[in-house]
Amino acid sequence: MNTHVKITSSEPADLSRRSFLVGTAATGLVLGYAAIPGIDQALAAPGSFDPSVWYSIAPDGLVTVTCGKADMGQHIASTMAQIVAEELGSNWKDMRVQLASNDPKFNDPVLGAQITGGSWSTMMNFDAMSRAGAAGRLALIEAAAGMMGVPASELTVRDSVITHAKSKRSLSFADVVKSGKATKTFTPDELKAIKLKTPDQYTMIGVSVPQIDIPSKTNGTAKYGIDTFLPGMVYGKIVMPPVRYGATVKSVDDSAAKKVPGFIKAVTLDDKTGTTTGWVVAVANTYANARKAAGALKVTWDNGPNAKVSSESLLTEAKRLQGLDDSGLFFVKNGDTGAALGSAAKVVEAEYTTSINIHAPLEPMNATAQQQGDIWHLYSGNQFATRTGGVAAGALGIDPKYVMMHQLWLGGGFGRRLDADMMVPAVLAAKAVGKPVKVIYSREDDMTMDFSRPLTFQKIKAGLDNDGKLVALNHDVVSAWPTKRWGIPDFLSPSVDKKGALDAFTVNGADFFYSVPNHNVRAILNEMAQQATPSGQLRSVAPGWTFWAVESMIDELAHAAGKDPAQFRIAMLDGAGDNAGGAQRLRNTLLAAMGLAGYGTRTLPKGEGMGVACVSSQERATASWTACVAHVAVADSGEVKVKKLTVATDVGTQVHPDNIRAQVEGAALWGLSLAMYEKATLKDGGIEQTNFDTYTPLRMSQVPEVAISVIANGEKATGVGEPAVTVIAPALANAIFNAVGARVRSLPITAEAVKGAMKA
Amino acid sequence: MPNLNINGRNMSVDAAGDTPLLWVIREQLQMTGTKFGCGAGLCGACTVHVNGEAVRSCQTALSEVSGKKITTIEGLSAKGDHPLQKAWIVEQVPQCGYCQSGQIMQAASLLSKNSNPTKEEVVAHMDGNLCRCMTYSRIQKAVMRAASEMRTAAASSDRRNT
Repeated sequence: MNTHVKITSSEPADLSRRSFLVGTAATGLVLGYAAIPGIDQALAAPGSFDPSVWYSIAPDGLVTVTCGKADMGQHIASTMAQIVAEELGSNWKDMRVQLASNDPKFNDPVLGAQITGGSWSTMMNFDAMSRAGAAGRLALIEAAAGMMGVPASELTVRDSVITHAKSKRSLSFADVVKSGKATKTFTPDELKAIKLKTPDQYTMIGVSVPQIDIPSKTNGTAKYGIDTFLPGMVYGKIVMPPVRYGATVKSVDDSAAKKVPGFIKAVTLDDKTGTTTGWVVAVANTYANARKAAGALKVTWDNGPNAKVSSESLLTEAKRLQGLDDSGLFFVKNGDTGAALGSAAKVVEAEYTTSINIHAPLEPMNATAQQQGDIWHLYSGNQFATRTGGVAAGALGIDPKYVMMHQLWLGGGFGRRLDADMMVPAVLAAKAVGKPVKVIYSREDDMTMDFSRPLTFQKIKAGLDNDGKLVALNHDVVSAWPTKRWGIPDFLSPSVDKKGALDAFTVNGADFFYSVPNHNVRAILNEMAQQATPSGQLRSVAPGWTFWAVESMIDELAHAAGKDPAQFRIAMLDGAGDNAGGAQRLRNTLLAAMGLAGYGTRTLPKGEGMGVACVSSQERATASWTACVAHVAVADSGEVKVKKLTVATDVGTQVHPDNIRAQVEGAALWGLSLAMYEKATLKDGGIEQTNFDTYTPLRMSQVPEVAISVIANGEKATGVGEPAVTVIAPALANAIFNAVGARVRSLPITAEAVKGAMKA
Repeated sequence: MPNLNINGRNMSVDAAGDTPLLWVIREQLQMTGTKFGCGAGLCGACTVHVNGEAVRSCQTALSEVSGKKITTIEGLSAKGDHPLQKAWIVEQVPQCGYCQSGQIMQAASLLSKNSNPTKEEVVAHMDGNLCRCMTYSRIQKAVMRAASEMRTAAASSDRRNT
């Protein structure tokens, strides 16, 4: 059970030593954490300060919130503005957003780094943004009170206007900012002491305000990384080796490429960070010419140590590792599973697998690099500026402080843009040709060089007592460890017996909220996969596979015990011990989904069935409570038609109800896509699927009816971008079993597998 | 030097005839609303209109469009207020937004011929356009809303004209 990660950097994000500053400069009011080097001078220098803390208010009254989170479609910039506006008392029409650079002052106040993932952003920034907004309101009120000559306590704030009701006078935020009279400073203790609104006082939180970024995404004006243009810029197209990782370039023959008009140079990457291996960049005056030149380059490689690795060999190796008694590290170790399994009335065991999956955001990876003096400017949409800037610096052999990252809208992230690989060809090619270079991956490059969701193998062995109660469960999870690959020790978690550090992002979810007295979870690193298929964090990460196994097995156990699978779950969600609170919320969510779907209320036609699953994704400490009832019709051929997905999710507090629905629906359809339509395979060390003809995410014609219910019970706001991904696959497999008695244990679910299981 | 008519303006560009229209639009003209997604006509992110028909600009050579009328997302309406664009905002369709120019252009070619499509016709027409954020149901709703608005507008203009 990992607690929240903190990255230690040369500049620790110790907010306790910072004070909140409210001051004015000629250009407006700037609010944020002080102790930022140079901010005092910047504030004193009229018109010259960098509006680089959480938000600023311009003399025209416009409030610009700077979002330190990557916005990849979750509208997080808009959400941050909404939280600020609630406490500030500004009119939504006055709110604007901008995206932060990689300056550490924009680090997440909880995580101490710039990283966007884990469905963490709202929950971890809610308090800081609320207090920032409230501090601004207090400062403006104090200034307005002085200007009007009335007590601050008699002033009210609404829609960017401060009103003194008794004298029927009012001042706009713009009036106060223009006056330059807002000069209040807040110490950390004062900030902490600010009384925030209670939910019954909210006028913005819980309202589906129009997302600030959406108009620009309907008229072509939104700028993504790929839309960067710099004076004198040239283009790079990568020539990729045939293996995912481990190749070295033996020779490059550019004689044919030299005949391509506009060709400048073939740059063989010497990547000191080891992020890439065997990449050659063809640089030319246009991207079309760079593509032609790349096609004309004749590159030979030594394909290295992974040239024979395939999906089959990865699975074989995973099974071998799982079979060893001393493999892996314990993530959960409760009770004595060995003894309990030995005395169990019934033992059920099963193996579950998931295939390699590709992120494939629609904007292919790209980056534009430009050197100006000592500073390297990087333009790209990225989810992990803190590490990505470091990788770029490592590739260049310079101090990361000389790397300035310019954030843009992300054309899809899904975890893919947590990685930094795109920076390496951009900076090394720009260095080699002495000009700004924009590198754009072709779709083929993007797919074959993805930091993919790893192939996983899980084995669960569980025991029931004479009453059909689950008394013991051993769960082994074998995979590549994506987070270990980052090389940041703080992202790993000590095993429960302190025997080593494990990647909790491969087992989160396996520490479920069911009460099972004897419960072990082992995290086992598949080193062969780690080397051959450098893996990444794909939307929902571990819970995307752990709940596939757990929620399938729970269903198998219910049937073995002769109980209804939903009732079997509810009985185990009793909230005993550490499960108190969470278990009950999960139970309630499951009940909600059951009710909405009409689970068990009617006899379904032959070949149709309903299955349930419930999950506490993402991590135990950051769970949103999500349940699904899947309704399927299965043909004799094994073809599965998804008739309806009913999803209920308990998110505590809704900041933006419409956006939550959009995110949960997108996540649920991602879950469906991964469960039924997306499969990548490795052969001879290379990913076989290269474009959307062979790697086939869900299309419009495959969308079933999806009913979403959001439960907001007043608890703290939780994340919504990922959890619903994880609940779909097991609900579908359980529905298929309910429909035709066929148990599938491998993702994606295929008609052949269903048909095969029907016969068995 | 091929001449292009884009969004009602005649432009000359310096590119070989086999250059995909996509890169001419994006790089030479720096109109970046049209997106690169797959380079193989499989995702629809690069959809533009050539003489009113939706085409994949990544699969269309510059030489093929000489003398034809090309429309990109930037030229679909004067102020970003085509009924589809308005419906996209009302329904809050985009998430990451990267595919949406292509989605809107693809949908516009349907509604220009059929302002009363069935749900099945919308799905069949839009199925070649991938949305990795999976905003499909909102896209459908927005197309239906725009179609309805176009019919209402047409009806009221008919009434004025009679």
